[in-house]
Amino acid sequence: MSDTDPAIEVHALTKRYGEYEAVRGIDFTVRRGEVFGLLGPNGAGKTTTVEILEGYRGRSGGEVAVLGHDPAERSIELRRAIGIVLQSGGIYGHVTPREVLGHWAGFYPHPRGVEEVLALAGLEDQADVRSRKLSGGQLRRLDFALALVGDPELMFLDEPTTGFDPAARHAAWETVRSLRDLGKTILLTTHYLDEAQELADRVAIVKDGRVLAIGPPRELGVGGSQYRVAYLDRDGGLVEHQTEDPTRLLNELTGQALSRGEELRELSVGRPTLEDVYLELTADA
Amino acid sequence: MPDRPVALARGARAGDAPADAGRPPHALALTWRQYRLERRMFWRNPSAAFFNFVLPLLFLVAGGAILHGDQHQLDKLVPAIAGMSVMSTTFTALAYNIVFLRERGVLKRIRGTPLPTSSYFGGVAANAVTNTALQIAIVVIAGRVFFGIGWPAHWAALVVFVVVGVVCFAALGVAFAHVIPNFESTAAYVNAVFLPVVLVSFYVFDSTTAPAFLRTIAGALPLLPLIEGLSGAIVTGASLSSNLDALAVIGLWGVFGLYFAVRGFSWEQSR
Repeated sequence: MSDTDPAIEVHALTKRYGEYEAVRGIDFTVRRGEVFGLLGPNGAGKTTTVEILEGYRGRSGGEVAVLGHDPAERSIELRRAIGIVLQSGGIYGHVTPREVLGHWAGFYPHPRGVEEVLALAGLEDQADVRSRKLSGGQLRRLDFALALVGDPELMFLDEPTTGFDPAARHAAWETVRSLRDLGKTILLTTHYLDEAQELADRVAIVKDGRVLAIGPPRELGVGGSQYRVAYLDRDGGLVEHQTEDPTRLLNELTGQALSRGEELRELSVGRPTLEDVYLELTADA
Repeated sequence: MPDRPVALARGARAGDAPADAGRPPHALALTWRQYRLERRMFWRNPSAAFFNFVLPLLFLVAGGAILHGDQHQLDKLVPAIAGMSVMSTTFTALAYNIVFLRERGVLKRIRGTPLPTSSYFGGVAANAVTNTALQIAIVVIAGRVFFGIGWPAHWAALVVFVVVGVVCFAALGVAFAHVIPNFESTAAYVNAVFLPVVLVSFYVFDSTTAPAFLRTIAGALPLLPLIEGLSGAIVTGASLSSNLDALAVIGLWGVFGLYFAVRGFSWEQSR
């Protein structure tokens, strides 16, 4: 396939587990070199979709192409060209990151150097510590390193920061950005708005096995320019404002309130939640 | 994650890439690599080493102490322990290993790489075979040095029975892993099979007065035929041809085990 073909094409994808339809007709395309996010709540069908693309699961219907291959065939050429970070994938406890990366590198025709990958994942200091002694965050870095060591064209990151504290999340984001800077195409799933906003060039918002919207995060209003300012008025009624400039709006509101000798009870400034985005998207439909 | 951004040019590589970089790795070379990793992990995990080596040796030492001087009984003890060793290094060890790796998600991760399934299982099985060979060597040497038994009377028969026994019990261990729901229950499941099979086989092998129905049961299970074959090879010098029916029973269990090992294998924990 040529380099201008999309990295991933998904058309009318469905997946049934008995009576339950986990994926109900999903379409999207991932371009080469882009970071594409599947954004949705737990149970939206994100992981099912990604695991079909990774070759772990068969599909019930629809067309799928990953780097020009049908992943259901599980061809070795495709597996050499992709790197997978599972939502929860374990690793041998009695070997060190340097050893397991060296072992993994041997699976691939053009691996990256082990030292380079250790540096990229920030694991130099833990390179010779047995994996069972690593912290959760360090194990996650090892996940990235193992997915990267084969020098894949395309990487799948399934909920790469779920369960992380804020510092670990930001560190993980840095790693994803450095993967993008290496020219990798990345498909990531997340249920965090801010993560999609920070990392993805485009997102597909998924709910109940369907795509509600696709586009760059800002255009979808996904945690983007809109802030929500809310307070209770004198009668206890909820007042809400949407604004792109919360500083100015707050100044106006508080100034008016003070001059009237009133208080803005339960004043809050927030970004729209994923739920707000869904409500808006489903209300438009 | 790096504390600082790490700038690396695409394609830049450290000097530790394999010398044959560029060519797809050969499946046999990958089997060898997997085998070496399995060996390394085996020796680093004290509990695995204990179950594989120390436990059967304790049986041997304890049995030898109890039966001290009774050559007839010692002649029975050594092949019985050798047979049990085959079962513990393959059936027990593989069931534990696979359930553990499945539950931890290691198998699923491996499934997502280009490592061929045959190379993975080749390496894992070769690791179990190595343990069996070491164990059999220890038992045979202990028999020669401490228990007044000569060197095996029939080396070829010893090799044939060990090989067929290893294939049979390894396949049954992999197949049995599919039945075990989670790692916490592995010991219960494995012992529920291992202990009764060992006890009934040992009893029937040793006793001349065992009830006929017990003889039938033990003879239909793979361990007693293996012990009888090993006894012929190590102690009595019975030829292979006189133990063909024993070999057939082990072989049938092996076919049964292989079928379910391949057909029922699951790479990930069902949720």
